[in-house]
Amino acid sequence: MDYLGIFSDYTLRTVALGAALLGLVSGALGTFAFLRRQSLIGDAMSHAALPGIALAFLITGSKATIVLLIGAAIAGWLGTWFIIKVVNLTRIKEDSALGLILSVFFGFGLVLLTFIQKMPQASQAGLDKFLFGQAATLLERDVVVMAALGVPVLILTILFWKELKLLSFDRDFGSHSGFPMHRLELLLTSLLVIAIVIGLQTVGVVLMSAMIVAPPAAARQWTDRMGVMVVLSSFFGAVSGVAGAVISSLSNNLPTGPTIVICMSGIVIFSILFAPNRGLLWAAVQKKRNNRKLQLQAVMEDLYFLSRQHKNPLYAHPVAVLRTMSAGHGGVDRSLEVLKSRGLAQSSDDDNWSLTETGIKEAGANVMKFKGQI
Amino acid sequence: MSNAQVEIQLIASVTAAACALPGVFLVLRRMAMMSDAISHAILLGIVLAFFATHDLSSIFLVIAAVLTGLLTVALVEALNKTRLLREDASIGLVFPFLFSIGVILISRYAGGVHLDTDAVLLGELAFAPFNRLEILGNDIGPISLYVMLGALLLNIIYIALFYKELKISTFDTGLAASLGISPAIIHYSHMGLVSVTAVTAFDAVGSILVVALMIAPAATAYLLTDRLIVMIFLSAFIAIVSAIGGYWAAHFLDASIAGSMATMTGVSFLLAFFFAPNRGMVAIARRHHRQRFEFAGRMLTVHLLQHEGEPDESYESGIEHLQSGHFQWEPHFASGVVKFGQKHGWYNEDSGILKLTEKGKTLAGKAVTGE
Amino acid sequence: MTENVIEVTDLTVAYRENPVLWDIDFTVPKGVLLAIVGPNGAGKTTLLKTILGLVKSAAGNVLIFGKPYSEVRRRVGYVPQRGSVDWDFPTTVLDVVMMGSYGKLGWVRRPGRKEKEQAINALGRVGMEKYSDRQINQLSGGQQQRVFLARALIQDAEIYFMDEPFQGVDATTERAIIKILKELRSEGKTVVVVHHDLQTVPEYFDWVTLLNVRRIASGPVEDVFTEENLRLAYGGKVAFLTQHSAGETGNGAEIETTDNTKSDIK
Repeated sequence: MDYLGIFSDYTLRTVALGAALLGLVSGALGTFAFLRRQSLIGDAMSHAALPGIALAFLITGSKATIVLLIGAAIAGWLGTWFIIKVVNLTRIKEDSALGLILSVFFGFGLVLLTFIQKMPQASQAGLDKFLFGQAATLLERDVVVMAALGVPVLILTILFWKELKLLSFDRDFGSHSGFPMHRLELLLTSLLVIAIVIGLQTVGVVLMSAMIVAPPAAARQWTDRMGVMVVLSSFFGAVSGVAGAVISSLSNNLPTGPTIVICMSGIVIFSILFAPNRGLLWAAVQKKRNNRKLQLQAVMEDLYFLSRQHKNPLYAHPVAVLRTMSAGHGGVDRSLEVLKSRGLAQSSDDDNWSLTETGIKEAGANVMKFKGQI
Repeated sequence: MSNAQVEIQLIASVTAAACALPGVFLVLRRMAMMSDAISHAILLGIVLAFFATHDLSSIFLVIAAVLTGLLTVALVEALNKTRLLREDASIGLVFPFLFSIGVILISRYAGGVHLDTDAVLLGELAFAPFNRLEILGNDIGPISLYVMLGALLLNIIYIALFYKELKISTFDTGLAASLGISPAIIHYSHMGLVSVTAVTAFDAVGSILVVALMIAPAATAYLLTDRLIVMIFLSAFIAIVSAIGGYWAAHFLDASIAGSMATMTGVSFLLAFFFAPNRGMVAIARRHHRQRFEFAGRMLTVHLLQHEGEPDESYESGIEHLQSGHFQWEPHFASGVVKFGQKHGWYNEDSGILKLTEKGKTLAGKAVTGE
Repeated sequence: MTENVIEVTDLTVAYRENPVLWDIDFTVPKGVLLAIVGPNGAGKTTLLKTILGLVKSAAGNVLIFGKPYSEVRRRVGYVPQRGSVDWDFPTTVLDVVMMGSYGKLGWVRRPGRKEKEQAINALGRVGMEKYSDRQINQLSGGQQQRVFLARALIQDAEIYFMDEPFQGVDATTERAIIKILKELRSEGKTVVVVHHDLQTVPEYFDWVTLLNVRRIASGPVEDVFTEENLRLAYGGKVAFLTQHSAGETGNGAEIETTDNTKSDIK
């Protein structure tokens, strides 16, 4: 099969372009949600969008993408606004407010959707693709709508980069610097709503939240710079978006949203395990290395101590003595071999050990340095 | 009302009550979003168990669902422990992943058989009366009614048995631990119960609306009472009322019953949000209006106390100065406040200067020390 | 008569219906090092945030250089509590310090070479020039505090407000900070510090405001920092172990707090 050929296929090209676009935008905006510890707000926004889609159709009778997405954005925005109000005005905490809004709005959306399905004349086909997403139904004009919404979002993010960073890192200092943090927060919320709405047709309301959470979670592991993080996050979002959308378009019975989420999760798992510095594997190797270094030092100190105890500093002691002294940290044999290979220790045939002249000098220096630190 | 209608309402009410009970502790323990995660993730367990048994009513489905629910909780905690991610992101990563695997398995291998993705999201309460439980050839009602009654009973027994432990560990984890109540055991047993309830309610209301039934009635009750025991009963009551109201709304609109039930829980929350006796927006606005005068009056007494006997007293405590913008109050409001305090005997006017009474001094003193 | 750079009159702040600050009056003359001192929950941080317009007041007035804060914002520097931000945020020391220039830059404009130079200078002043490319989660508490201080320094303000800059820092940092505070004072700048360690007040500061929901006393340390006032502020929890040169002459008293008070005012 001609794998490159698939991209010359018109539908696939459209699908790939749309998926890349949505991954790019949600990855970038998701970074802000991630850093502000509001990753789950995307979950609420996307579910809350469902009744907006249904209402937009009921009111206008149109199934044009732009109409439905505007409805989705308004409902998503309203849901978020309500969450903020509930948290600010009542004793109900954020987690409950999120769960409440996402499930109730979604429930209302289902009522409207089932109501529309049973309307006699109108063919409802096309609305339920918003549940799990259907990349294959993307048309060129849908991608144009996505771009028309997504590109301004990216431009605004770049334009207000400095201000949004300040909002995410130190809100009080931002206000003090003269920026209206409340309005910036509204801007960020609106950008996030648009980023989510763009992906609804492809990924679906149920799983769109993963596109906000996963790319930045993966990106964070690879970098300590926010700028790099946003770029990486967008890149991860785009790659998994394209991969998932293309795979699902090529096979039967493979819903797009879940496929994209699985691709994305793969990137996250890989990042958490293997990213340099922060990754779990890296940390484990680092820990082991440290441990060995400490063991080596301990054995060297023990040998130094023994040589000071004895009249002849080069007098060799049995390895059992060292093992007893090292009870608790272990690794005696390996450490002795390392010391020997560095010419710091020597052994007799019957496995008795002592430091060499250089070893004594170096161990002495280490001990002094250690005392100096105290 | 037909027999089927009665049965559907019964099932809906029992389901709603069963969900509302563990929901109370989800809301109080600030773990509402875990119910969202669990109710999605258990789909994977259900699907895997279904592939193994080819039986949708097998008890193994429940067991598998509970195990996946607990796996979700454990995975979220493991991710938190790496300190690479915060809790919100950990939750947001784990459940879409498990849920996606479940959805893909259904669409690839079980499409159109018994499980389909619509049922996962929506549930279908309207079909519930078709599956009957027969004992010795006698039809004794729909199976799902008995399943849900079982879940409800399990929740009631759990809360009744561990009421004290749940209460202490919810409000004071430290104290609970010092009394030998393991937070981990309470946490995992509670999450296990959420999983059992979610999987049994799955058929009827689907994965997302389970969240509405768990969170919304509890959140509503939380606005209405300060007592745990009252909150538990109130949540169940609100859930049942929403379920029945939802059923009839769906009936008239010819729409999804489950969606309509969720909408009704939202409506009851909205009602409480505005009209709850103490914590509702209307009550707060009213109290605020009343307290504005009281608060301003107390502020005035503190101000008078501050300047009492000081050289600037005749200016600072002068009635004209106070009425004409010292506190940046509207003139109308300022003279109202001055009168309000005089009426309550906090201070008297003495040749144009306000002098605190003993009562006013005590009040100012209390205000300052925050009593 | 010295010019008053800060004038607070009748300031009252309430969270919902509970008063946090009651009818606060005080003035701060130009060029002093002022400590705001009081027990836990006395409203010290709230007072600072209210002066800076971050918390809304229920009544009263704050004037800085005779004007509302919003008009003189650029002449004011601010060091928030170290614990108020996420130090795992993906950014570098230099980047955080440059945030101090954002206010002057205004909307959309990015910091350039000039701001970078200022930031490096400020880092040098707090002894952190070697750390400019460090990720901020690799800093110790004291280093974090010095980064925050450097960020305020590049604001090049005339008044500085600092919220608990000595909280949980090492001795080196404490010395470095107090050195810079004294330098600022000698440049004629005014520094207002929320402070919790009573012992160091007479040594570090020349002006003090004692606070416990309402203002207990405010003025030069030697006049205000007396046993009587401290007892008023702390409700008798302060134990005076030694008292040099008698209270009447007013030469700063050396003060120890009881263990009880220490945990109370942490």
